[in-house]
Amino acid sequence: MNEWTIAIIKVVFIWSWTLLIATVMTWVERRGSALIQDRLGPNIAGPFGLFQPLADGIKLFTKEEFAPKHAHKILFTLGPVLFALQAFSAYAVIPFGDKIVINAKEIVLQVADVNIGFLFVLAVGSLAVYGFVVGGWGSNNKYSLLGGLRATAQLLSYEVPLGLAMLAVCMTYSSFSLREISLDQTGTFLGFLPNWGIFKQPLGFLVFIVAAYAEANRVPFDLPEAESELVAGYHTEYGGMRLGLYLFGEYVNLYTLSALMVTIYFGAWHIPYIDMSAYLSPFAYGIASFFVFFIKCAFFLWLFVWVRWTIPRFRFDQLMGLGWKSLIPLGLLNLFVTAFFIQISL
Amino acid sequence: MALKDSVSQVLGRDALAFDETAGCLFVEVPKKRLLTCLTLLRDELGFDFLSDLFGVDNSAFYEKKMKKKKKKEDDTEEDSRSGQEESLPPRFEVIYLLLNLETNQRLQVRVRVPENDLTVETVTSLWKGANWPERECFDMFGIRFKGHPYLKRLLMWDEFPAHPLRKDYPLEGKGEERSLVYEPEGEGHWT
Amino acid sequence: MGPVKQRIANEDYVTINVGPSHPAMHGTLRAIAYVSGETVLGADLEIGYLHRGVEKLGENLSYHQFIPITDRLNYCSAIANNVAYEMAVEKLMGIEVPERAQLIRIIMTELSRIADHIVLIGILGVDLGAFTPFFYLFIQREEIYEIFEWYNGARLTNTFGRIGGVEAPLPDDFEERWSELKKGLDKAIDETDKLLTHNRIWMDRTIGVTPISVQDALSWGFTGPCLRACGLKRDLRKDEPYSLYPQFDFEIPTGKHGDVFDRYMIRMIEMRESMKIIDQAFAMYKELGSDAPLMAKVPKIIKPPEGEVYHAIESPNGELGFYIKSDGTDKPYRIKIRPPCYMIFQAFDELIQGEMISDLIACLSSLNIIAGELDR
Repeated sequence: MNEWTIAIIKVVFIWSWTLLIATVMTWVERRGSALIQDRLGPNIAGPFGLFQPLADGIKLFTKEEFAPKHAHKILFTLGPVLFALQAFSAYAVIPFGDKIVINAKEIVLQVADVNIGFLFVLAVGSLAVYGFVVGGWGSNNKYSLLGGLRATAQLLSYEVPLGLAMLAVCMTYSSFSLREISLDQTGTFLGFLPNWGIFKQPLGFLVFIVAAYAEANRVPFDLPEAESELVAGYHTEYGGMRLGLYLFGEYVNLYTLSALMVTIYFGAWHIPYIDMSAYLSPFAYGIASFFVFFIKCAFFLWLFVWVRWTIPRFRFDQLMGLGWKSLIPLGLLNLFVTAFFIQISL
Repeated sequence: MALKDSVSQVLGRDALAFDETAGCLFVEVPKKRLLTCLTLLRDELGFDFLSDLFGVDNSAFYEKKMKKKKKKEDDTEEDSRSGQEESLPPRFEVIYLLLNLETNQRLQVRVRVPENDLTVETVTSLWKGANWPERECFDMFGIRFKGHPYLKRLLMWDEFPAHPLRKDYPLEGKGEERSLVYEPEGEGHWT
Repeated sequence: MGPVKQRIANEDYVTINVGPSHPAMHGTLRAIAYVSGETVLGADLEIGYLHRGVEKLGENLSYHQFIPITDRLNYCSAIANNVAYEMAVEKLMGIEVPERAQLIRIIMTELSRIADHIVLIGILGVDLGAFTPFFYLFIQREEIYEIFEWYNGARLTNTFGRIGGVEAPLPDDFEERWSELKKGLDKAIDETDKLLTHNRIWMDRTIGVTPISVQDALSWGFTGPCLRACGLKRDLRKDEPYSLYPQFDFEIPTGKHGDVFDRYMIRMIEMRESMKIIDQAFAMYKELGSDAPLMAKVPKIIKPPEGEVYHAIESPNGELGFYIKSDGTDKPYRIKIRPPCYMIFQAFDELIQGEMISDLIACLSSLNIIAGELDR
């Protein structure tokens, strides 16, 4: 198997895996919200409603592709396409496990080990803004326009704290590559704490998780699609597969952000205090690292769902105030403190 | 009744008539002295809360009374000497429900509005909350309020041609809704 | 051109229609909001989408036949409307309702008060993004509906009571149902409290949003929780007591600024006070035994003497009053309904000037505008 085949297999695998996670997330969202709200949720389509995402997918595929009469012909379709494109691309540089050995060939469980992994994720994530603004404008609808405007302002503002938190992590581990950061999180420091990002960067994690919720457009930051205020914000006029691209893109974004959080703050595929590679065969180790990583991601995905159904949403000026007046100063403070600690110890 | 005495003392000649049923006191004031009377009641007696304001069409009421009276006269064959052409009292009236927040007393003030002079002064200068009740009164009875900031129909659609709560308007209506036809302009566009 | 549109003719604005059909689900009313950026310059209001000519209907129906129509006024708390109308007719005719019937009326009115407040708090939460308290509270509202259904067969628009009393005694196992409902309600209100009241985001969204001063509120004709939120302690159950309310011990909560948070908190507290009233009323009811009369002696065909009367009760929304003019026949001559949210909704334009679009929705939710009552 040459390099190209392996690369293509990895791409196809990770693409289908993220798509599968996005579909399962719709089920988790609906059953999870039902659990929180003391009701049942979908339970008819298959056991425990597990075929519900399948039914939803079929519905979205087979619906009539409808565009309002005066919507911009190109921009109306381009919006969701851009959005889905960036959602899937961002995952390319995130490692989803450690090495796996098949037929004495070592394969790194990461689609592309770019040595500026961070910048790539941030850059591709910024393209999400285009998805919203193009969709909102192309719909030729006041509500969509307002939603698109709000989304733009929100996403741009929260990129900065996100970047600041990630920058501090880069300083701690002296690398931009996500794979090297994951590899660095073995062992312990201060005697008993695992070498994970969360223990070295608690403030940074706080800034990162709040900014991640805002980047993902989830409650409490879901103003661009606030249902009772703006009908449905930027995706008011969308139906069929275009809406499907928006919705799935949102869940893939969630998965990407959870994976990022796990990679830089929670030790990627490492279990604290135990070095798995010492006990397992290289093949089994690869599979095990994949699953450990996935379980950690699953926790954060559940956290997104949990928070959505618990707290109300922000008003727009409060949202911007939180981003600019609270998170950015905290992120800068975090940077200074990190620099100080790096200077005096390590 | 203490309230009756204090009201007649404050209003003087303006308190034209008093009615009382089950503890609800109604006082009639002349139409042109409405604002002065209400201001007096508010300042002197403390009736500073307007609960509601609405109109009543008394035409059927008086017609029935006239018919009964005429029947009685016909029966007893009396000479109808006094009040030969007894003109009916004014057809409409507007009633104001006032409330004294300190003593929790209620007072109802009424003005008679004749059919040939269907205007009353607005009380929006005294209470902002008279805005919509006066619009509804105009909508339902046709009574115009002089000085109202925006006297347009409230519950019926703007071009509705009649005043529904009048007694000569039938319950089933006159089919005005059949005149509402939707004609999209141009080829029918979205916005 | 609406009055607000004339007022802002020289400014730069975009028109946003919070239209008759809107996911914010408050009934059919239309608020044409003029926004500049995110700031609302004003809103023209259009009502009358649910105008059914109830007052004209009343002039053609007998007094008994009008009771089902009063259900459809404030359909979230139908029993309060029934009781208000029946009390107005009884006042006109001078009928004295027996004590047992009054206790049943009080219990049912307070239950429907709890139901109305549940609707408001749930919908306010949904409009602000907190979807979960809606479900916790509405499960209890289902239990209240069960009690109503057990009493006279209808869940939402119960034609409750007759002129002169009520039609049936409380069901035999009301005590068990009520104690279970009390436990469930306590738990649901506590959970809603924990989720919302001290939540930083909720407080940011509701404190200081559309406050109104007491003088302005009185000038507009506010009554009920929206007036109590401004700080004035005014409740018809205490100020102009009717029925057996003087014998019960309950508090009247008041707010301070008249903003959305005060209106929400007052309703949360009022729900608990209503539960206290029902406890006390039911204790009195049990003492009366099952022989006490349920209806006063009322003639079969009601022909009140000529006269006019106005009677108001404290409905969940404020002062709900009926003016009835009788000409001696068996049909009323004129019925005028004084809806509480009619006077409150007029002030909407003044309330939201200068606020943001999100506040518009929060304010609309917190005023408890029910289209059935607004338009009649």
